[in-house]
Amino acid sequence: MTAHDPALDALIACPACDALHRDAEVPVGEQARCRRCHTVLMAPREGAMTQIVMLSATALMLMVAAVFFPFLKLNVAGLEHSSSVIDAVLAYSDGLLVPLSVALAALIVILPAVRLIAVIYTVGPMMTGYAPLPAAEKAFRLANALKPWAMAEVFIVGVAVALVKVAGLATVSMGPAFWAFVALVLVTTLKDTFMCKLTVWKTLETRRQ
Amino acid sequence: MSDATIQTARDAGLVACTQCGRVHGAQETMCVRCGAALSSRDETSLQRVWAWWFAGLICYIPANIYPMLKTSTFGSELDNTIIGGVIELIDYKSYGVAFIVFFASVVIPISKFLAIAYLAYSVQYPTTLPGKVRQHLYETVEFIGRWSMIDVFVVAILSALVQFNFIVNIHPGIAAVSFALSVAFTMLSAQSFDSRLIWDADEDRRT
Repeated sequence: MTAHDPALDALIACPACDALHRDAEVPVGEQARCRRCHTVLMAPREGAMTQIVMLSATALMLMVAAVFFPFLKLNVAGLEHSSSVIDAVLAYSDGLLVPLSVALAALIVILPAVRLIAVIYTVGPMMTGYAPLPAAEKAFRLANALKPWAMAEVFIVGVAVALVKVAGLATVSMGPAFWAFVALVLVTTLKDTFMCKLTVWKTLETRRQ
Repeated sequence: MSDATIQTARDAGLVACTQCGRVHGAQETMCVRCGAALSSRDETSLQRVWAWWFAGLICYIPANIYPMLKTSTFGSELDNTIIGGVIELIDYKSYGVAFIVFFASVVIPISKFLAIAYLAYSVQYPTTLPGKVRQHLYETVEFIGRWSMIDVFVVAILSALVQFNFIVNIHPGIAAVSFALSVAFTMLSAQSFDSRLIWDADEDRRT
């Protein structure tokens, strides 16, 4: 059997439970679900590619602001101390806790950024109708594999909890980076809801030929 | 539609990609659409699930015993464990936040250990929950696992923010490391699980 057996092209298997389905064209705006385990197989949307790229680019720019601008400002008895996301990452940077510092930098900043860049790299050329760039498949697989490890939204909830904890101790005010980060989380979530993995893969495959 | 009409890729002598759904002949080892490695069923899945599961459990014990947060006020030092931090929040009367922290650092990790163990057990031994429920359980575990990291982030932010030399200082404790590791290991454990095994076990029981 060759790799391009036409009979196999007409089939699609549910990634979660392995049930076979005929690969029918799904109308825009509708969802195709696995008939056994009800996992969403495809959910194409009008203009999704453009939206994904634009939202990813927005998120990437917000990320730069979120990392370098002051994040929170603390005021205790006249003493002021402001810190950026970089400071939070470096909080673990003494002695034994260095690996944790590296891990935090990865979870909060590096992995989300890599993921956004990988998505733009894959979907960007397809948005404008060009053929995919070399190794676009690798980039998109990387983006999918990193999804659980990009924890920017968890970090935001952590910030909220930390604020409550220090509220009794000092006056806290939010810096511009805080709002940039909140916007970043919203934009990334929006991008993820627009993105239909299977549709992107199928488009990648057709554009390659 | 009844389950009897459902045919899996394995039944048809084919192998499907778990990344993109592309179906291939049984002898293929790499997906032609997305380049992911193919295997009809991941035979080492359960071994890896249990290995990461135990690693996570081992790290979870020191995470609860040792201090998460060290606060020094005017030279006197105060250590806080995970539970200690929750109790402190209750003392501040921030019940909502206390609940979030308790949920993220105690309820989620423990129920995740139980859920993964149950899922891994259920594919080898007969259980009562139907496949659809177990699939949902698996998806929930995968989705919710990362949220346990909240407490680690809280500690990082507090230590970055509260640095006023002699008045008050906050430093992270060693439990922050073991807790972060525990969360990472259980996430890997959940990812190692091949959810197709849930449905295979379901089928075998009916026939």
